[in-house]
Amino acid sequence: MKSKVIVTFKPGVLDPQGRAIQQLLAQHGYSQIKDVRVGKLIEFELDGVDSAQARTLLAEVSEQVLANPIIETFRIETE
Amino acid sequence: MSIAVITFPGSNCDRDCVHVLRDVVGAPVKAIFHKETSLDGVTGVVVPGGFSYGDYLRAGALAKVSPIMGALKRFADGGGPVLGICNGFQILCESGLLPGALILNSKLQFISRWVEMRVENAQTLFTDAMWQGQIVRMPMAHAEGCFVAEPEVIAALERNRQVVFRYVAPIRDDAPNGNPNGSTNAIAGIINERGNVLGLMPHPDRSAEEFLGSSDGLTIFRSFAEAALGASRILHQP
Repeated sequence: MKSKVIVTFKPGVLDPQGRAIQQLLAQHGYSQIKDVRVGKLIEFELDGVDSAQARTLLAEVSEQVLANPIIETFRIETE
Repeated sequence: MSIAVITFPGSNCDRDCVHVLRDVVGAPVKAIFHKETSLDGVTGVVVPGGFSYGDYLRAGALAKVSPIMGALKRFADGGGPVLGICNGFQILCESGLLPGALILNSKLQFISRWVEMRVENAQTLFTDAMWQGQIVRMPMAHAEGCFVAEPEVIAALERNRQVVFRYVAPIRDDAPNGNPNGSTNAIAGIINERGNVLGLMPHPDRSAEEFLGSSDGLTIFRSFAEAALGASRILHQP
């Protein structure tokens, strides 16, 4: 089964990459884009688990390793 | 009885720390690999700088699940002195031994230069040979050194005097910025509430001998080694 974990900065945490991209886009005329946040997309291929089990497992590894709860949040997408 | 310097895959200041402790301070020291699971006989631990696991995911994120980390947590929880430098500081934050997190420098650059810091707390076991308000000079070399934490955590760090080093405007450097990486409150180094775990981004290991440009870092290593081993076990007295 394919699954994804998307890790993003919590609101309010400084994201200098996002800010640099937003400023660059504004310089190129994309003034409608007011805020850009850069996150991480991590894809998984899982075996022998159903969708609910995959979510439990991925929540566990996200809390332990993939996301730092001080600065980041995560969400899980399964098939 | 000895001090351990932990080597993770990608650590690159482990040998510098061993050199400073063994050859400059004169302390019994052993390098241990991250796959070990015991710190028996160890009375002080250095988590050195470098790029553990290539900084994959986040700086320090993968090192925190290394086999040695269980023993390190027990050691720190038991009050043993732990010094984390640069990537070591990042690992200590990731593993929860120190509060907060270190994120990408505000100007997105890897910064390698000398910095000056003010000693904000000279009553820790790492800084008791410095004086309050002393300006110390050490090199920094990192991309993820911007210290962040929840506002109440920052307030508690300030209130409890857990901010040990703060960047100040250089007096011998052309750069006008006293906060090179955008750290909250210009924080360069913090200590845990109990006072036995210190993390800082600049490198005392690269400023422990005068010919390197500064020996301010040696003071930290010497105090740390004395706390870990007792002064009588240190061969080279100042």
